[in-house]
Amino acid sequence: MTAHDAARHHLAQFNVATLHRPLDDPRLAGFVELLDPVNALADAAPGFVWRLVEEGMPDATRLRPAGADVIINFSVWESVEALWDFAYRSGHLEVMRRRREWFRRHAEAHLVLWWIPAGHVPTVEEAMERLRTVREHGPTPQAFTFNASYTAEEAAAGRPAG
Amino acid sequence: MEDIEAIALLQDPVRRRLYEFVAARGREVGRNEAAEVVGVARTLAAFHLDKLVGAGLLEVGSRRLTGRSGPGAGRPAKVYRLSAVERGVSVPARDYRTAAGLLAEAAESGGLDREVWEVARRRGRALRGPAGTWSGLDEVQGVLAERGYGPVRDEDGAVVRMRNCPFGAVAEEFPPLVCGMNLALLEGLVEGSGVRVRLDPRPGWCCVVAEDSKNNED
Repeated sequence: MTAHDAARHHLAQFNVATLHRPLDDPRLAGFVELLDPVNALADAAPGFVWRLVEEGMPDATRLRPAGADVIINFSVWESVEALWDFAYRSGHLEVMRRRREWFRRHAEAHLVLWWIPAGHVPTVEEAMERLRTVREHGPTPQAFTFNASYTAEEAAAGRPAG
Repeated sequence: MEDIEAIALLQDPVRRRLYEFVAARGREVGRNEAAEVVGVARTLAAFHLDKLVGAGLLEVGSRRLTGRSGPGAGRPAKVYRLSAVERGVSVPARDYRTAAGLLAEAAESGGLDREVWEVARRRGRALRGPAGTWSGLDEVQGVLAERGYGPVRDEDGAVVRMRNCPFGAVAEEFPPLVCGMNLALLEGLVEGSGVRVRLDPRPGWCCVVAEDSKNNED
């Protein structure tokens, strides 16, 4: 992808996690404690553009569009590399490493990535649709994962699946 | 170029020293700097560095090493850094990378993180051998170097960071599982040595750091 395209497109990231127990359960305290510092890391990370927060709240953990026990994480980045470095090369890795303590294992895809026009603020409906797409069709330029990712050019070359 | 040909290029002692210098530097290196450290003429260093680029062992960039820019700053110098390409040869042919990837994928989809880490911790303990333990951070750093981590002290010397992830592509594909495995392996390795390891991931570095356990009791 050229620098010109990189400036015109941003990467949207949406993932879901099914809680073993409610967030106020003491066994989830380790996760809850990490929320604010890790969100602050994201906000300051190179290439960070946007993340979903509930109105008047520091995060989106109370929004449950995918089920009462399913929390969501929704953000926008300048590139796949910027998101990867935050997800796996920052304090966020510790949250990922301990994920089995707090979240149920998903049989289906729990993360989806897709390209959006820079400046567009994606909606939760749009994100749920992309998650359905990757679950039904596997990774495609319209809805993909880290291990099978596509460029914005590849996404623009094919017509949207949804 | 085939892997075996690329690796054979390192048989030349000057070339090998240049490669090891660039690899250990962890940043872009100019021709003059490399020539000086290795103790050869600049033209000879340039010749060998370009051979290593041709083999895909190094990558080349250009940069104004003086920090000046604009008119009068001169032509940008050629600089060298370690290539992201992996080269490997096994005789007879072996493919442990495919095996590792398959096993990691199975562990990931089965949610077997705990089981993998427990095995890694036991393996780390076993690696200590009959001697039992290490005498401190210097010795641990030596062991990490032997195991290919490329350990270096940070600025104030208290923390050992590692330039190389020995689990490379498998760690990139399954970071939480494999970085957690790496942490558990090293926890087992340093048990009882007065050194502790912890996750402190940064872009371009191994996810784990080591330090004296009496420091930083945070």
